[in-house]
Amino acid sequence: MDKSLKIKIKNLDFYYGNFKALHDIFLDIYANQVTAFIGPSGCGKSTLLRCLNRMNDLIPISRVEGQILLDDQNINDPSVDVVTLRRNVGMVFQKPNPFPKTIFENVAYGLRVNGIKDKAYIANQVEKSLHQAAIWDEVKDRIHDSALSLSGGQQQRLCIARALAMEPEVVLMDEPASALDPIATQKIEELIHQLKKSYTIIIVTHNMQQAARVSDITAFFYLGKLIEKDDTETLFTKPKLQQTEDYITGRFG
Amino acid sequence: MDKSRGLKARRKIVQGIWFGLFRVCAAINGMALLIILYFMLARGWRAINWTFLTQPPTDSMTRGGILPCIVGTLCLSLGAILVALFIGVATAIYLNEYARPGRLIRVIRLGINNLAGVPSIVFGLFGLAFFVVWLHFGVSILSGALTLGVMILPLIIGSSEQALRAVPDTYREASLGLGATKWQTIYRVILPAALPGILTGVILGISRAAGETAPIMFTAAVFYSPSMPSSIFDEIMALPYHIYVLATAGTEIEATRHLQYGTALVLIALVLGLNLVAIIYRGHLRRKMG
Repeated sequence: MDKSLKIKIKNLDFYYGNFKALHDIFLDIYANQVTAFIGPSGCGKSTLLRCLNRMNDLIPISRVEGQILLDDQNINDPSVDVVTLRRNVGMVFQKPNPFPKTIFENVAYGLRVNGIKDKAYIANQVEKSLHQAAIWDEVKDRIHDSALSLSGGQQQRLCIARALAMEPEVVLMDEPASALDPIATQKIEELIHQLKKSYTIIIVTHNMQQAARVSDITAFFYLGKLIEKDDTETLFTKPKLQQTEDYITGRFG
Repeated sequence: MDKSRGLKARRKIVQGIWFGLFRVCAAINGMALLIILYFMLARGWRAINWTFLTQPPTDSMTRGGILPCIVGTLCLSLGAILVALFIGVATAIYLNEYARPGRLIRVIRLGINNLAGVPSIVFGLFGLAFFVVWLHFGVSILSGALTLGVMILPLIIGSSEQALRAVPDTYREASLGLGATKWQTIYRVILPAALPGILTGVILGISRAAGETAPIMFTAAVFYSPSMPSSIFDEIMALPYHIYVLATAGTEIEATRHLQYGTALVLIALVLGLNLVAIIYRGHLRRKMG
């Protein structure tokens, strides 16, 4: 196999207070592939995604057990700096959430908070990221306008550019197109295809057609457990388990 | 058929009565402001002239101007905002961004709410006992500004907290997700987004501080001062206290009526002017954010 292991999740449990949201998850995620997490609401797919950049740290009553190895380094190890981790593992959220700043400042934000002051480097990185996120042509003449003046689909691509500016290794996407119209969704999906050449992408989605279209590997979750994981094509055409088949054929969830 | 038509008509009448009532209430508000302004203008406009605005009072305060009072009120209200803004915003950030819900937070909130309910004369006595006497600041701009600052603190905290709560959590997530620390997130994203709301608190605070008499009568204001203050340890004249003195303890209460109303007019204009600056700045910020 020519693919290299990027993230290894080993017997991971996750709790919100006394509620166990994830049960004993084992999952390998490979570099330069798109891995999709699917499953009905409340199945734990977003929770797992948020474990990967420790976004769940923000929830005071949450607790994580087991291991998540990013390039063989356990990200929950006390020696790991969460700020550095999030620089390497970027995130795009469900609803487009640009800051109320200019388009330029939105993309430059990550660089600035990480102490980069070189103006030429920042300008270069901003342009490069906007190109990568396939939005440069639409914003190049108004880069100092407020990001809130963009349409929802443009805002989401701006948020992707903002994540890419940090040159992360992994990009997490939490239902990135669920708040967008079909045309904007299509643009995001095309973008994901482009981005996997340089990044490892993990996408949570409610939309099974979307998972089928954009991902190489699909993992199906139900009630906090990883039920089945396979090549996307195999999972959607010849699922091994009845439960998976019921879900992808729309019999429940 | 007939019955339902009757019901419809009745509902229409009931709605009409209530809406009419609301309209009257709203009109009373506007009328009250107009009546106040009318009385001020009718009785005070004679007093307003260049000398009034640029000279100190003369002839036992029956002639001359009110410049020291204008300067005093400016010093006091801006000083109060300076004191309250930093402490108030810092408190609001702590309560809204850092503190975890629990007993300590409940006690602090209880304290703030009670502070908001304390009558202004109590603040005056507190200022006298604490700043003037105990801290040896004397009757001074410093003591007055601190007393007024403590008084408007709950106002600033309240509006700042409201403004911080209104900042969507998605901003916080986005910033932290990009590897910003919590403080960077607050400083670079949350505070700028909350600033227009915080300024609303500043506007209310300035108005309140500029208009109060009780908190400054023992802590900062004097009956008459022949000279301008030269440091924050000087006592000063102030507009509201000047009105109070002229109207209750002046040598010629009736003869100085127009001066009293004129001073009140200047006070209103001053508060409006300060507010206008804040409102324009707030509008500028909102436009900048799109």
